[in-house]
This record gives sequence, structure tokens and C-alpha cells, in this order.
Amino acid sequence: MTGTDTTNGLTTSTLESGIQELDQVVIRFAGDSGDGMQLTGDQFTRTTALMGNDIATFPDFPAEIRAPAGTLPGVSAFQLRFSSFDIHTPGDAPDVLVAMNPAALKAHIGQLKKNGILLLNTASFKPLDLKKATYTVDPRTDGSLDGYRVIEIDLTARTREALTESDLDNRGKDRCKNMYALGILYWLFQREVEPTQKALALKFAKKPAIVEANLKAMAAGHAYAETVEIFQVSYTVAPAKMPAGTYRNIMGNQALCLGLVAASNQGNVPLFLGSYPITPASDVLHQLSGYKNHGVVTFQAEDEIAAVCAAIGASYTGRLGITSTSGPGVALKAEAIGLAIMAELPLIVLNIQRAGPSTGMPTKTQQADLLQAMYGRNGESPMVVIACSTAADAFEVGYEAVRIATKYMVPVMVLSDGYIANGSEPWKLPDVDALPKIEVNYAPEGKPDEKFKPYERNPETLARPWAKPGTKGLVHRIGGLEKQDITGNISYDPDNHQHMIDTRADKVARVANDLPPLVPIGEKSGDVLVLGWGSPRGAITAAVTRLQEQGHKISCAFLRHLNPLPNDLEALMRSFKKVVLPELNKGQLASMLRAKYLIDVKSYSQVNGQPFQSHAVEDYMRNVLQEVK
Amino acid sequence: MSSVEHPKLTKKDFKSDQDVRWCPGCGDYAILNSVQTAFADLGKKLHETVIISGIGCSSRFPYYMDTYGFHTIHGRAPALATGVKLSNPELDVWVVTGDGDAMSIGGNHFIHTMRRNVGLKILLFNNRIYGLTKGQFSPTSPQGKVTKSSPLGSVDYPFAPIALALGAGGTFVARAVDILGPHLQSMVKQADSHNGTSMIEIYQNCNIFNDGAFTGFTDKGARDERILYLEHQKPLLFGANKDKGIAFDAHFRPFIVEGDDLGKAYVWDETSDTPAPAMALATMDEEVFPVPIGVFRRQDKPNFEYAVKQQVETAVANNKQSIKDLIYAGEIWDVK
Repeated sequence: MTGTDTTNGLTTSTLESGIQELDQVVIRFAGDSGDGMQLTGDQFTRTTALMGNDIATFPDFPAEIRAPAGTLPGVSAFQLRFSSFDIHTPGDAPDVLVAMNPAALKAHIGQLKKNGILLLNTASFKPLDLKKATYTVDPRTDGSLDGYRVIEIDLTARTREALTESDLDNRGKDRCKNMYALGILYWLFQREVEPTQKALALKFAKKPAIVEANLKAMAAGHAYAETVEIFQVSYTVAPAKMPAGTYRNIMGNQALCLGLVAASNQGNVPLFLGSYPITPASDVLHQLSGYKNHGVVTFQAEDEIAAVCAAIGASYTGRLGITSTSGPGVALKAEAIGLAIMAELPLIVLNIQRAGPSTGMPTKTQQADLLQAMYGRNGESPMVVIACSTAADAFEVGYEAVRIATKYMVPVMVLSDGYIANGSEPWKLPDVDALPKIEVNYAPEGKPDEKFKPYERNPETLARPWAKPGTKGLVHRIGGLEKQDITGNISYDPDNHQHMIDTRADKVARVANDLPPLVPIGEKSGDVLVLGWGSPRGAITAAVTRLQEQGHKISCAFLRHLNPLPNDLEALMRSFKKVVLPELNKGQLASMLRAKYLIDVKSYSQVNGQPFQSHAVEDYMRNVLQEVK
Repeated sequence: MSSVEHPKLTKKDFKSDQDVRWCPGCGDYAILNSVQTAFADLGKKLHETVIISGIGCSSRFPYYMDTYGFHTIHGRAPALATGVKLSNPELDVWVVTGDGDAMSIGGNHFIHTMRRNVGLKILLFNNRIYGLTKGQFSPTSPQGKVTKSSPLGSVDYPFAPIALALGAGGTFVARAVDILGPHLQSMVKQADSHNGTSMIEIYQNCNIFNDGAFTGFTDKGARDERILYLEHQKPLLFGANKDKGIAFDAHFRPFIVEGDDLGKAYVWDETSDTPAPAMALATMDEEVFPVPIGVFRRQDKPNFEYAVKQQVETAVANNKQSIKDLIYAGEIWDVK
């Protein structure tokens, strides 16, 4: 089964032991955004990670904090997949769907596997609930749920019964029904309850009544599932065989922040974050604001422009300036990023992409800001662009951004997306002592009577000196006006302008000189090379691995560095009959590659706000393989 | 940093080797001169001084000072300077801006800098016109201003920068005039000694696009009658013989007092706990009343950068953590 990316569905056969072993399960929790589905999914995830399974998650929530209760726009979902082998995606179709109300049912039933388990909260199937979900007929009565294993439970009533002794009012008791549902699933999938007991005690430490009620509800759900025999069997999934090491479950934004802080520590260059809240990047601001004990200064600015400008001011002063945002924020920051390019200061711009254009769909994922990152500024203003592809990969990418920005004295754009930011996976923790060296050198004090040359360059990297204000003998002026190389004085000389534009481009190009070789999954030549960048990595890996197992000459490779591109990319591409590039945009990297290498890269585009499904990628590639033959 | 190694610098030491390229006769020359004089008097050190500007004629200022300087982008100097101050609160950071730069495109950063009380010293050159783009009306141009972009007269109501700064919570708000050098230098020195944000609006004559905008009260013959010097704890008096004064009614409406009523002139208190009197002066009709210059408001209040610094230092002291402990945190498990 290893390497497969889809589950076969849960069996209905009853076994003597009552416990059946599966190699993987996909569960989707869906309910009103006030039903606590994200918390429920998160608890299941933590517990399961601690039990040693490989796990991947996909939270999918509405932009509205509280859309009208019971309506389709208010549905919030959390999908997770756990397994006894190495997995790359949170799965395509769920085996189990928990639907807390008719709207959640309507929004998600289409994806539930045939014969899958459907757990419904009957308390919210009253006529008004059905109407809010735009059902004209109760779906439980019209045969539309035939073919699923429907389990109807009045979670609200059961939870209230379990909490008769609680001091909470009914509203407070009803809030615990997600824990009742979690208790049922914990029994069904033989999960341990202790991690959640501990986590809730910590989360609501100041509200013991709430802790008690939630734990009671969970225990009651667990006991209910065990005693009333609603399920013929329960299931278990053995721990995955993962490489030895210490693990932690991590989300993309968390890992990105840890990478930045680790690199800052390694290079002895203190961090500064200037940021303005924006979905789905706000967690970066929250996370780094909590790292003051690592010397991180964070500044919640009055707007996106102030955020990046303050970060540039910090870099000018000798800290490493970072700004975190999403696409609309990058648009606002464009002029300031141009200033950092002109001033040749290090700067890290984190773009946690979301579905655009304009405000778009803030909580949905997309990779459509690549060309914005590449070209979204006035004048010739190239910048380094790198991308992370999984939650755990974000650590390395954050680290790499610091390395490049400080070594070459350039702004670096880091592309992540909502899927990576909010999804989680087990992360094999790095050996902290073995992290790559980052060397940051500030310009030393100047000699008396010798004029400081702010644009005198390192011959290898073309980086200019990092001269901190406050250092004696280094007073100088910089700015957005074109300047003479070496002296930094304002210059309108035509030859100098040509030279400076070429130099700024050359500086970015030289970043390619110290990149590791591209390592494809599969052979280094063959029929089809699937290239990927960013979050589609998991779906591509799963699809290509399956096709390889079926004997196809297909390989895949993933690009962390998008500008400059790795030097060995062209040769790799030319070793295959066809190169295909799945992207969650209209073919942005594909067109960059076609323009640069004159290779007929085939674009496979999806822009519906959802991640690729590995099955769809597999089917697409199978067709391409046929065409190639 | 001992004073033995570094004898006190002179005004000349603050001049950079770059040719000053403002139009001959521009008020900016006088301001540059006064700032250099004041900086020398204050015993400032070149390497500890940073001058940050936005875009506009005034924003060329850093190139002419032999200190650290950053000529940034339009309207954003206070934001960039905030990053500098937060990164190194010890630096002496000055922002040079204009009425277009600070009041129009950079209005947001201006008010939020005031609100936070960042320890920046802001010199706002107000010539009531867009100079660098060759003469359009600005947010401080009087209504009816005829320019290339307002051939029938501008219909916009202007901002009073002092009132805006006061409204945004400014803790040091002052006004000076380009050609009144000693007074301007005194304002620069007072701004320098203030702990939080200092903002000086400097009336500056643009002799090309808005010549004479302030001559009605800055001309030698008019000054005595038309300028009201604000002096702390002294009555608001003006006129060659100090024979007229400004008083306020119960609603802080100003009126002119003279003769027997002169004693009713308001005794100025720049540290007043209410911004009302300062606001009343900042919004006086300059056709009817004298033009106040000097310190409108001065309030002692902890500044932003030290509060931020303190939080970080406390966190570092109380919760020191290795990178390994940071990464190997939360719920972790071992796979053998």
C-alpha cells in the first residue's frame, strides 16, 4: 500500500475482535464556523501525531468570522488524513464526514466516499435549519444519502444530558458538542484521550468549568460509541515507519517563523518584523511577536506600506527587516521594495498567498502571485524569489531567505500560501548544531580622512557593505535616486545607469552560483518530467510515485528557487520528452520557463481556490504520458 | 565617544561635499543653515545622527548634511524612521518632510507617528505648494489657490498641520519661519531635547511657485504686528509695543484684547494638560489674527521605542531560551 494516496474506504465487514487495522483514514469535520470544527480537527491531529502516524491536514474555513449561523457561507471544515506510511497530501475524498448541520452536509457530502461514514447531528435538522441550507426536502428522507453509512445522533441533547451537573448554561453546554463528536471518533479510531485532556486543561486554564464540561462531553461521546454499538467495528491505524528522529507537528507559518529565528541566531543578526494584519499571514505576526525572548522586535504598523518601510529602516540600521503579508499587501509594498532594491539592503518579504485578484477569496489558497513577485515593480527591479512547498519545508525556506538576503544584500520574496500556512504535518526536527553557517559582516569603523564608499562591492557576490548608522567614519547618504557605483553619489550619467541596472541584475543572478543540485524523484531522464513549486508538491509527488509504480517513465522535481532559477534546471528539462507544470494559477512559472529556455512546457492550471487533488494530477499525467508515446 | 577624541564640531562640519541644488533664493537654504548651526551648538556627532526624508524639494536635505542620511520614497519617511528608531533607539533621528509629503501622501504615517510618540524629530517644511512637480496646490494651500492644476482656484479646504499634529496626540508641536533664524534654531534645540515625537512646522518660502506666501507676516515691516511669539508662562502679547493680546472666551474662541483689557491676555502654558488652547491658536484665521510661532504644546510622555525595547529586554531576561529549546518545543515525540 505504501506510496498510494487514496484510501479504499472503510470496510463494513464485522470482525470478531471488533478492531480492524487500516493503513490510512481521511476524516473531514464540517460545521458552522461557531461549532469549533478547527479546534476539533486540531485536537484529533495532535493526538494522532503523538501516536506516531504520519498526518496531513487541510483546514478550509470561511472568511467571515461569524457568517449567519446554519448557512452555506458559514460552513467551516477541517480535513485530516493519517496513515501508517509516508503521505504527501491530506487526501482527496474523506472516509468519514462529520456534519454538524444541513449546510455542512450540503457543502461536503459530494466528496464523501461511497460507503463512507456520515455522522449527523440531528439536533440541527429542524425545518428552519434545512431552509437555511437551501434544502427543500430533508436529505435524510429523500434517499440522497443511500450508499453512505449514516449515523444520526442528537449531539446537542446527548451533550446536555452528559452535562446536567455542569454550572454552564445551555449555550455553554451546547458549545461542548464538538467534543462529544470527537469522543465518538476517538473511540471509532482507537485514539488516546490523554493528549486532548491535557491540551484543553491548558487552553482553558482559567476556566475550570469549561475544561470539565468539555472533557465530560468527550468522555460521554467515547462511552456512547463504545456501548450503543452504532459501529460494527472500531479501527486502528498503526504508527507510520518514519525516519528516526524527534518530531513535532507543525503548521507552515510556524515553521517559517522558526526558520527565520534560527537563522537570525546562527548569523547573529537580530530580526525586525514590520507587519499589518492580513489573512492568511497574520499568524506570522502573532508568532514572531511571541519571540521577543529571542530579541525579535515586532511592529504592528498602521498599514502595509508603513510595515515594509519600517522593515527597510530596520535593515538600514543593521537588523534584518522582514515584512509579512499576502498578495494585496505586496501590491501596496511594491514601491518600497523597489527602494530596498535600489538601496541594496537586505529585506525579507513573506507573501502568504491567497486566492485573488483584488480581495478575492482570502481564506482560499492560490499561487497566482509569482509574476507579481517577479515583475510587480516599476523599472528594472529584479529580486530573489523563493518558495516553500510544505509546512516543514517552510523552516528551511525561512532559513534560506536570511542566508541569501544577508550574503547578497538583496531583498528576498518568500512565497508560501494559505494551504501551507494553515496545513500541518509531522516535522522531523533538525539538528540545531548542524544548521548551515550564516555569516553576517557589518562594515567596520572607517579610517579618519578616508571617505567611506557605500557601494564598493564584494567581487564575488557584488554585495555592498552593511554600514550601520552609529558607526564612526561611515557616514553616507543613500536613497531611491540612481547613484554612482562605489561612491553612492547621485548620478544621472547614462553609462553609470546602464552599469547599475546590469549590476543589480547580476547580483540577483549570482545567487544561482551556490544552490544545491536539483534532485528529481525518479530517473534523471524519461518521458515526462513534472515540475512543481510551492504547495502542489504533495499532490504531484503522490501522483508521480503511483505512476512510477505502474511502470511509467515519469519523474518529478521541485523548485525552491524561482529567481534566479537553478543552473542545472535547463539540462534536466531537456532530458525528458515533455515537461508538465501543475500550478494553482494560469501558468505563471510555465510561461517564465518557456520564455527563458524556449522549451515547450505544458501548463496544468487550476484556480478554484482549492489545492490539487492527487487523483486529478495522476489522471492528467497519464494522458500526457499517452500523448508522448 | 569621549569629547577629548572628538572636539565639538562646527557648523561647517555638518556640510556634506555635495553641491546644494535648491533654486537660488529658496527658503530651504536658510533652514539648512539654521539646522547646521543648531546641530553644532548642540554638540551633535555626525555618526550618531540620521536624517531621513521622503520626496519633494525639502527631502533633498539629507544629501547636504555630512551625517547618515536616507532619501526614501514619497510620504514614507516617518515609517522608515520608526524602523530605525525601534532598531537602535540610541540614534538621533530627524525626519525632513514637506506639506505634500507629510500632509498628503504620507498623512497616515504622520498621524500614527504622533499617536505612538516615536522619538523622531520632524521638520515639516510648509511652503503651501508642490514645488518639485512645478506648482500644483498642496493640502495646505489656502482655498481658491490658482495653480496649473486649479486654474479656477482650488476648492479644497486646507489642513493646519499644527492642528493635525495636536489632534493626533503630538507631544511636541511647534512652528517656526525659515528666515527667522535664531527663533528657528531655538525651536530645533527644544525639539532635540524632547523625549518623544517633536514636530516643527517651518513656514518656507518657495520663491518660484508660491513667492510671498508668508510675507504678510514675515516681512520686516509687518512682523511686529503680525507675529505672535509663544513664550511659556508669559501672556500672549503682540505688537511693536506688546500692546495687544490674545484672550479666549469660555469656548476657547480667541479674541484680541488691548488697552485696559490687556491684562486679560491668556498666559501661555505649553505644558497644559488640555490641547484646547493650542488647538485654538492653531486654527486662528490668519487674516484676522496674528500668526503664532513657537511651542504650541509640550508633554512629557514615555516614548514608543523605549517601551518596545523594554518589552524585548524583559522577555530576554526572564525567558532566555536556546534555539534548540525553541524548536524542540510543544508536543514532540521520538521515532526510533
